[in-house]
Amino acid sequence: MEHVAHIITEGLDITQIRKDFPILQQQVHGKPLVYFDNGATTQKPQVVIDAEARYYEEYNSNVHRGVHHLSQVATNAYEKARITVAGYINAADPHEVIFTSGTTASINLVASTMSRRFLKAGDSVIISAMEHHSNIVPWQMACEDSGATLKVIPINERGELKMDTFEAMLDDSVKIVSVTYVSNTMGTVNPVQDIIALAHARNIPVLLDAAQAIQHISIDVQALDVDFLAFSGHKIYGPTGTGILYGKKEWLNKLPPYQGGGDMIKTVTFEKTIYNELPYKFEAGTPNIAGGIALGTAIEYLQQTGISKIQQWEEELMEYAMQELRKIDGIRFIGDAAERSGAISFLVHNIHPFDMGELLDQQGIAVRTGHHCTEPLMDLFQIPGTVRASLSFYNTKEEIDKLVAGIKRAASMLL
Amino acid sequence: MTIQEIQEEIISDFSVMGSWEDKYEYIIQLGKELPLIAEEFKTPDNLIKGCQSRVWLHTELKDGKLIFTADSDAVITKGLVSLMIYVLSGHTPQEIASAEIYFIDAIGLSSHLSPTRSNGLLSMLKQMKLYAIAYQAKINQQ
Repeated sequence: MEHVAHIITEGLDITQIRKDFPILQQQVHGKPLVYFDNGATTQKPQVVIDAEARYYEEYNSNVHRGVHHLSQVATNAYEKARITVAGYINAADPHEVIFTSGTTASINLVASTMSRRFLKAGDSVIISAMEHHSNIVPWQMACEDSGATLKVIPINERGELKMDTFEAMLDDSVKIVSVTYVSNTMGTVNPVQDIIALAHARNIPVLLDAAQAIQHISIDVQALDVDFLAFSGHKIYGPTGTGILYGKKEWLNKLPPYQGGGDMIKTVTFEKTIYNELPYKFEAGTPNIAGGIALGTAIEYLQQTGISKIQQWEEELMEYAMQELRKIDGIRFIGDAAERSGAISFLVHNIHPFDMGELLDQQGIAVRTGHHCTEPLMDLFQIPGTVRASLSFYNTKEEIDKLVAGIKRAASMLL
Repeated sequence: MTIQEIQEEIISDFSVMGSWEDKYEYIIQLGKELPLIAEEFKTPDNLIKGCQSRVWLHTELKDGKLIFTADSDAVITKGLVSLMIYVLSGHTPQEIASAEIYFIDAIGLSSHLSPTRSNGLLSMLKQMKLYAIAYQAKINQQ
């Protein structure tokens, strides 16, 4: 087993925390796993794994319909998870929290229903140049269907939004602004308060893709006054196939249902269906019950650990990582924003990211290589892809040292 | 040498390499050394698509044998591409079409032939076999 010096920092006992994550104890290619692909998905603490198993072992039953005991236990657990999520993001009402299968599904829900009810030819939708494909393609589809135009906020060479241009882009044609809180490729933290304030000054709603923010930054949807917020469960230590769409009640009530089916209806006749109330209006079909419950457990785990402590430690790790990585000969960062969280993208000399990723893997270090589902961003920087290391609070400075040594070793073999 | 004999030779060469560094240094060296394809053939038509690392493959029939040249922008992929060419190039379409490629697995780089790896090697092997089948069909018609 990996020997990690006992690390207690910022009130967090990292050694103890690492013991909560069974996967971190393993070896890869005979070396202790160093997991720096947290932007793709985070590992799961034992309590989350247990919560999912316990549902199937003890009270598997369909929610919202049964009169029998197990169904009520399952429904209570599922609805308790919704309340936990609502509390975590400080939603005014748990009914503003919709369970989905992930960020992608959440954004598709809004794009599709907005397009049906609120978009027409001559309208426009604003996204940014650093968006993940899942915050580009749904809006392209919405624009194709409605005849609206997709507009893109440009970025500077550091990978930051050009806010002056954004401000100038806001006119009466804009029906929604949909941008990422934190860039999955560059780690840029966008000035979301400013974005929301500028858009709201013109009564334009804002959707935040918080897939890379929710696990790093404390989010209060009421303080932000954001209209929609989307994130994935599996990036916040919960199960895959779970996600959340938060929406202000006034907006969710205005939007038409997304998918039709069971659970989203009040009454059905062949002539007319009366739709259910929030949040069920947007939750057609049997949901991922076990996943939803375990997502609630993941968030409770974070709350017990303390999100502000996590944020503090991750900031310290990020600062240390940047300081040490900068010392590597020939390293070039793709995105070097003043405000950064989670991800670091880089290239070393002219080494292909795939080669670097493979030699790091041989040393037990997991990173991501490629375009990170942000092809337009790669085109902007005129590169085929990057190597991306993305951090979590269970990472240590010792692991960052291993990453730096691993990159140097790989570079010496490849150059 | 037959395709099988060449594969056995590569496996034997790799069997003496102790560490992962030895193995990769050898592959990287192959990738750096070989000018594998004429620039004129590095066309979009010859590009094998959908891969993280790009692979170009050019095929010619000479004296009844298929000659492959190829390149990649990633050096490890290029090293493996050159091994693949060493194994398959210069054989008849029929030999290539029916060849069982097992050396990648045997030298411990099986992940390179995994569809999830998307590094181009598997797509290249498929493409080589497709060319061989197509040329074989052409020869049979004559």
